[in-house]
This record gives sequence, structure tokens and C-alpha cells, in this order.
Amino acid sequence: MARSSKSATKQRSSKSKQVKSAVRNNINDKLKDELLSYYRDMVLIRRFEEKAGQLYGMGLIGGFCHLYIGQEAVVVGMQAAIDSKSSVVTSYRDHGHMLACGMDPSGVMAELTGRVGGYSKGKGGSMHMFSREKNFFGGHGIVAAQVPIGTGLAFGHKYRDEEAVCLTYLGDGAINQGQVYESFNMAALWQLPCIYIIENNQYGMGTAVSRAAAGRELADRGAAYGIPGDKVDGMDVLEVKKAGERAVEHAISGKGPYILEMTTYRYRGHSMSDPAKYRTKDEVNKMRQERDPIDNVKEKLLLTGLEEKSLKDIDASIRQIVSEAVEFAQTSPEPDPQELYTDVLVNN
Amino acid sequence: MPVEILMPALSPTMTEGKLFKWLKEEGESIEPGDAVAEIETDKATMEVEAVDSGILQKILVAEDTEGVPVNTPIAVLLLDGEDNGTSSENQGDKAPLVVDRQTSDLSISQSDESSPPQGQGRVDVYTQTVREALRDAMAEEMRADNSVFVMGEEVAEYEGAYKVTQGLLKEFGDKRVIDTPITEHGFAGLGVGAAFGNLKPVIEFMTFNFAMQAMDQIINSAAKTLYMSGGQMGCPIVFRGPNGAASRVAAQHSQNLTSWFAHCPGLKVIAPWSAADAKGLLKAAIRDPNPVVFLENEVLYGQSFEVPGDPEIIVPIGKANIVSSGTDVTIVAFSIMVGKALEAASQLADDGIDAEVIDLRTIRPLDEETIIKSVAKTNRIVVVEEGWPTCGIGSEMAALMMEKSFDCLDAPLIRVCGEDVPMPYAANLEMLALPQVADIVKAAKTVCYQG
Repeated sequence: MARSSKSATKQRSSKSKQVKSAVRNNINDKLKDELLSYYRDMVLIRRFEEKAGQLYGMGLIGGFCHLYIGQEAVVVGMQAAIDSKSSVVTSYRDHGHMLACGMDPSGVMAELTGRVGGYSKGKGGSMHMFSREKNFFGGHGIVAAQVPIGTGLAFGHKYRDEEAVCLTYLGDGAINQGQVYESFNMAALWQLPCIYIIENNQYGMGTAVSRAAAGRELADRGAAYGIPGDKVDGMDVLEVKKAGERAVEHAISGKGPYILEMTTYRYRGHSMSDPAKYRTKDEVNKMRQERDPIDNVKEKLLLTGLEEKSLKDIDASIRQIVSEAVEFAQTSPEPDPQELYTDVLVNN
Repeated sequence: MPVEILMPALSPTMTEGKLFKWLKEEGESIEPGDAVAEIETDKATMEVEAVDSGILQKILVAEDTEGVPVNTPIAVLLLDGEDNGTSSENQGDKAPLVVDRQTSDLSISQSDESSPPQGQGRVDVYTQTVREALRDAMAEEMRADNSVFVMGEEVAEYEGAYKVTQGLLKEFGDKRVIDTPITEHGFAGLGVGAAFGNLKPVIEFMTFNFAMQAMDQIINSAAKTLYMSGGQMGCPIVFRGPNGAASRVAAQHSQNLTSWFAHCPGLKVIAPWSAADAKGLLKAAIRDPNPVVFLENEVLYGQSFEVPGDPEIIVPIGKANIVSSGTDVTIVAFSIMVGKALEAASQLADDGIDAEVIDLRTIRPLDEETIIKSVAKTNRIVVVEEGWPTCGIGSEMAALMMEKSFDCLDAPLIRVCGEDVPMPYAANLEMLALPQVADIVKAAKTVCYQG
């Protein structure tokens, strides 16, 4: 507030200054709207994941449940760099990606609880959800299996001459799987519009990257195939978006694949059953306090002169969306026993 | 002394070939290295060259002769300095020809002749090898649907390691006929992604031995995603290539993996025997919205059958075929074992046993009805498979009989399977490891209590 009124006093001093300021304000407004949208998307993911964690603790969600808390800026920034024609595929840490693709939080939450209202009618669970409508192709449970699949989706875009890319997300654990390099080779050979986003959250389950990955930066893992790679601050949504736009421009213009290594951090364990004893509480707290992607955007927004109340209003509306999702996920019935036998094959 | 030139074996699986063309005439002189004839093997047409110099005295097998067994004398060569009066009946040394190089272009023109004429009236039936039938199936489906493409190792410029994709690159170009690096896990997964994106990939594995590298993508990604997505994510893909025992290539390249795939829900598994079924079922597989594992057989590629010419004829998936009807015993087989079962049936007929031979054609979903009906008539069943016995297709059939045909059986089912060992290299051991006609005959007699 203080900063804003000071600027208003200066504006009165001359006309030319007024014009410059108007332009600046205009840019400021644009940035503000953009940041607000990122804030909303990231807070939705965080609140959703926190709630999923709670429901897991209550026994309402079973099996594996890999939370995305801490990594929100990566998917939100990347999603801002593509349009709706492009496709997205990821691993099992996928709730954030689905929400960022615009999938309905209630449908996602109901899948977590194994109910018929879930995206896969309760038959996929946390790791296996899809939406053809939103061009979200999963949700894959086998580490790195989504990498050739994403490469194939990119192959399809090129085959049909579409102006689209496939965003293929993988973790720092997946980067050591052989099929990743089989994919890099083919993507580079055939110049497929595939962007490989390595979400380096520092640990493949309990193993630190330094204990699992030899050589230089993960961003350089495509160097042998001539695939450009950038290391990006994955905790800063604007940096992510900037890098994403660079990669999309490269891929869509026919120059082939691109690798983005996003340095990020997951606050929770690998899955809900991981006590995370391979790292200190201090390490986690330091990241949360100093590098949190949502706090980062919040600070920037307050600097634009936005009132904190506006953010609180957003928070409230998100809480409402999440509680509706939880309500739906608990009231939607379990799938009919007959569903056991459906969807094994397409009937033809 | 004149030398007999023998029909050479030009591939591991070749037992006979077609003498396609003589490149030298009788009376013509030959130098070592001269190409003397073109021989069509089960994989390609090869030029063969002479080892000795002399004069081609007599041609014993005319060109265009099919089914010439390996080691048959095909010509007589009069060595330099020998009396021209020596006749071919005289005893002579035997000299097989030496392989020179492949001339696959010749074999394309040859196979084109056996294809139905394009764009004119439909030919009812014509004779074709399994190899050609498979190629025509792909070509016809590619003509009909732009979203069908073929991908694999050596499928484009080399025209297929077993020449199954011959001519496809020329007709459809490199956008739709794609040579991959040697990277099975990768291109199987890429195919799955392309299928999720509504294309219809035909993924060739050079052999299914190499598909084991890609098992995760076939089972975990292709077969299961429809279910895991609640029906949203179909995967219209065909994985095809030769499966089963080849010849003298030992344990890693000679094995039958049918039951691996047949075990998994979400897949359809096809293993045809005849060229007509190979064509009709591959077309059905490409049109099917589900992932299909299409198991061919290297030894069958060169065998000829009658094939209907109408490109609209497809063979439905999931239907077995009674290839020979009978009343005394049901012999169930698939893929190459159908031929052996038919031979066995013919020998059994000599002993007064009237065998019914069923070609399963599709392994998953299994046509239980046809088998059950047959056993209700014959009350006896022998199941023949090339693969290992444990958890095999024969075991599945035994369970089916217990569950659904128990009261019809007059004798316990007998499985005739490959031996429960890795495939040996030595010729005699290899023969012992694989089911032979005599094994089938013996099993059939046993269930008929005539052993």
C-alpha cells in the first residue's frame, strides 16, 4: 500500500512520466493477472494434496499416494507455456499435472478414493488417471514408461502435422532408465516435438541424486543426441514458464526435442508410507521457508500492490473447491461389481 | 569327371526352394564367381555363383520350378579339359553352389506377380506365401487408412529382415514405413504413445525373442491402460513378428512365447498357420481397436497356400477353424503345429483313426465352443504346441476339458509339447526338443487306446 501511494504522488509530477507509468502499470496489471492465475493453480494443487494426505491417513485412499507438494511451480509454469492442442504425460506423481491440465478436482479425488465418479471409474487409482478431453495421457505407474509413450504422442503430433508438442514429465529417478535414452535417440533422430521435463526433486525415492546419477547435470543427459538442455529454477514459476516457452518454440518450429531440468523439491515423502529418514528435517524446513514456490508468487503479487485480502479470498474459494471434491469423493458410490469385467477390451 | 551342382541351402530354415531363373545356358562356359542361377529361398531371392570353372553341360531342373529340395542335383558342370561326351548319368562329384548376394528387387517383382491385380475385378483365389499374404494385409490396410503405419528394425529400406514388409516403403514412403534403431523397449513404447494419440501402429519385432525387451510396454502400458482409464484410453496397436522355433539358432533365438502373451488380459493373441488366415487375421488385427500380439512363424513364411483375393475378406479374431474334420479324436494345434497335426491325421487315417484337426488361430480370446463341440463328438483330445509344457496352451486346454468337457472324455487329454529345456543347437537334439509328427500320432493312438 505504501509503495503504491508513493508511486501515485510521483505520477502527478509530469505528463510524460504519467504515460510511462501507465504503460508500466499496464504491464504490471498483466503480470499481476498472470501471477494471480499461477497462484490460484498452485494453491489448488497444494490444498488438494494436503487433503489427499489427510484422506490417506483416514484410510479413505489406499495403495500408493505420491504427493506433489513443493513442486507446484513446475507443472503450473509449463502448462502456461502450451495451448490446449498439446499433450501431457507423466509418472505416478500425477495429481498436480491433472489439476494443472484443467481436470475436475472432484473426479481426481474420487479416483483416489476408488469411487465410480473418479476419472477411471475407480479402476485406476492415484497413479493411473487420464483425460482425452484435456489431452492428459496419464498417470503411469512404471518408472520411465511414460517417456517412450510421450515420445509416441509427439510422433503423432508430427505425423498429423499438428502445431503441438508433448510435455513428457519424468523424475530424477527415471532419468537413469534405459528407455529414456532409447526415446531421446528416436526423438532427436526424427526431430519429434517432445519436451522432456526432468523434475529433479533431489531424491529418487530414498536415494539422493548424487548417489544415483553419474556425470554432469541431468539437463545435459541429451547432449550425446544433440538435444539442447537447460537447468531451470523449478521453484520459480516465471522462470519455468520462460524456459517452457523457449522449449515449445524450439519443438514447434521443427527443431526436435528439448530437455528442461527443473530443480525442485518435494516436501513430503516419496509416497505416504515413506518416513523420509534419508534427509534432515532442517533441510526440508529450509526449503519450505526460503524457496517455497507459492510464497515466491505471493511476495511478487504483494509487490504489485495487490491487497492480501484478495489472496485470502482466493484461498477461501480454493478451500471450497477442495471440500466439494472431498465431499464428492466420499459420497460417490463404489463401482458396481459388474465394472470388474468392463473395459478389459474395446468391444468391437 | 563332371560335377553335379546341388540345390544349396541359403538360410537356416530353408529345406526347399524355387529355382527361379537360370542365368547361364547349356553349353555356356562358367568361371568361378559367375552367377549361374537365381534361387528363391524362404526369405529372398539369391544369386548363386559357381565355384569351379567349366561348361554348363546340362540343366537338370528347369527354371520356375518350385519346391526343389536342398541338395537335389540341379545341373551338371563339365570341368575344364574334360570330354564333352560325358553324360549326366555318369557318377560325378557333387558341388553345391555358393551364395553370392541378395537380389531382393527380383523377388519383389516375383511376388507382385502373385498379388491380385490392382484396380480391376477381384480375383477369387490365388496362391501366395504366408510372407506375401502378410505384406498384402498391411499394404491393403495402409491404403484404406492413413493412420496405419509400420515401424520396426529393417522394415523400410531393407524391406524386412524376413522380407515381410517388401515393397511397403516404395508404396507408402518413409513417413509411414519407419526404420527404427535397435531399441525394442523404446519403439514399442513409442508405438503405444502413438496409439494413445489415435494412430494405428503396426510394430514389427524382428523376432519375438527381442520383444522380451519390450515386455513392460506391451503388458503394463498397451494391455492395461484401457482398464486403468475406465475405458477412455484404447490402444489400437499390433505387435507382430516371427515367434517360435527357428532352425539351428539355439536357445535365445528359438522359443515359443505364445503363453507369455496369452496369459495377460487386455491383449488379443493371434497365431495363424495358413496364408489366408495370416492375411485375414492381420487385417482384422490392424482394424481392431485393441492391442493385438500377432505371432507369425519364420518356417511358415515361405509356405504357399490359397488366399482369397477380395481385400474386404477378413478372418474374425477369436474363431478357431476345423481344418480337417473327423470323428475319433480331436487334435488341437496352432501356428506351425497345424501342418504337423494334419500330417499326423493323414497317417492316423491309414490306421483307421479318423482325426479332427482344429487350428486355434486365435489364442486369446480362445474359441472354447469349437473345441468343446468337437470333443463332445470325438470324446478324445490331443493338444499340440511347440512351446514348453509348463503353464502352456496345452495346460490351459487341459483345464478347459476338466471344467467344461469332463463328462465327454473317454481318455485323459494328452499334451504334445516342446521339451522342457532351452533349445539346443545340435541338429539331433533340436529335433528331439520339438514335437514331431510321430509324437502326435503316438498320442492320438494312446487316447484312442490303440497305442
